[in-house]
Amino acid sequence: MRTRLIAATAAAFAAVATLPLMAQQPKTAADGIAEYRKMLEDGNPAELFEAKGEELWKTARGPKNATLEACDLGLGPGVVKGAWVQLPRYFADTKKVQDLESRLLTCMQTLQGFDAAEIANTPFDRGEQASVTALAAWISSSSRGMKMALPQKHAEEKRFYELGKRAFFFRGGPMDFSCASCHGEDGKRIRMQDLPNLTKNPGDGVGFAAWPAYRVSSGEMWSMQRRLNDCFRQQRFPYPGFGSDVTVALAVYMGVNAKGAESIAPALKR
Amino acid sequence: MKIRHLTALALLCVGTAHAQSAKQLDQQADAMMKASFREQGIAKMDRVEQDAAQKACSAAKPPPATVAKKIEAQQLAAIKWPSDGQFIGDWKEGEKLAQNGRGMTWTDASATPGKNGAMCYNCHQIDKKEISFGSIGPSLWNYGKLRGVTDPADPAQAAIVKYTWGKLWNSKAYAACSEMPRFGHAELLTEAQIRDLMALLLDPKSPVNQ
Repeated sequence: MRTRLIAATAAAFAAVATLPLMAQQPKTAADGIAEYRKMLEDGNPAELFEAKGEELWKTARGPKNATLEACDLGLGPGVVKGAWVQLPRYFADTKKVQDLESRLLTCMQTLQGFDAAEIANTPFDRGEQASVTALAAWISSSSRGMKMALPQKHAEEKRFYELGKRAFFFRGGPMDFSCASCHGEDGKRIRMQDLPNLTKNPGDGVGFAAWPAYRVSSGEMWSMQRRLNDCFRQQRFPYPGFGSDVTVALAVYMGVNAKGAESIAPALKR
Repeated sequence: MKIRHLTALALLCVGTAHAQSAKQLDQQADAMMKASFREQGIAKMDRVEQDAAQKACSAAKPPPATVAKKIEAQQLAAIKWPSDGQFIGDWKEGEKLAQNGRGMTWTDASATPGKNGAMCYNCHQIDKKEISFGSIGPSLWNYGKLRGVTDPADPAQAAIVKYTWGKLWNSKAYAACSEMPRFGHAELLTEAQIRDLMALLLDPKSPVNQ
């Protein structure tokens, strides 16, 4: 059943993808896209990753042959529900503001004995990077329907918000783009793609409250780290380190701005 | 008297401490931008070294008018006008370039000008037949027609032709914090490619001006 839904979704996407750009009848194209979006609502392949993530959390793995069930995602060891909508946050044990993915690396190293730096340097979707993505899918799904509520009490959390804001407006690269070039105003589009204004709360299930997400166009599950990585690629910037300060600071900036927005992660995207 | 003095001093200190902390955060953010990235393919680390124009336009608020004017004057002075005096190329090639959104990412093979698209439709409506267009920039439908361009070679119409070249070459010459890339200045496109885009916008035969 699930497989059939995914196949239907993929077919619907393929149909839209092959629509001629110079369409003779604009209405038909718009209708096609609306139809496709509706079909997407029926089945989200992210569920497969959620199931894998839950299994990974509860399975003894790594050099220490341990589960992740004692991992503290901010609400206490083993508490998963509600953790996602309060990340990134400051962690006293690492003395760092961490997002979900960088926190998972900490837990995989301390509890399971994996090498966090090695995982951070592994390309997306390979080896333990794929585990991190699946874990992020499951953990975020455990906060589905909850409102974004990143803490801003600790001085480091406030500092990271300020650094994230500066990174958001930082112009560079051969095209002079910053995050704000695309995401600084309401109601803008790149081609047909709507762009959320991330300098404020863009609304329930939009922007930061939608990732991780399954991307139909690439057939991949993307964590927020992956989303930011591809934003920087399109911004024509160099390559951001996985879990690097700029990625965490931007997540704090967007997450705090989205305060009160309902999380739909893992969402389904184009 | 003394108390008033102290109060004034205390207020001064608070003000200074606040200003310093904003400055410190600026410095920390700059250091973070350098430390968080690494080069990948054609995307080298010089891409996070800002020039004066990028730096002045990197905050939520635009820079003061005096700063903006100075940037615009500098960028205007750096524009290269067509070497052979020829401003107009082939609108058909211009349309292909306008459609092409590729180039300059770390997954692209070459950073050579001429290998890139002009990505115009990403942000602008241009030919109305193309319904997949972005909205970050203004509509360019009827660009030449609306500006009364009937013959781009007519000296009486030279001002708008020259401005359009300048805008494509270096948008920051006319608006310091324009969101548009500096296609000539940043060596994203060649002179010949910019001529073709000029034709798409200004040639009376271009579909844009029907």
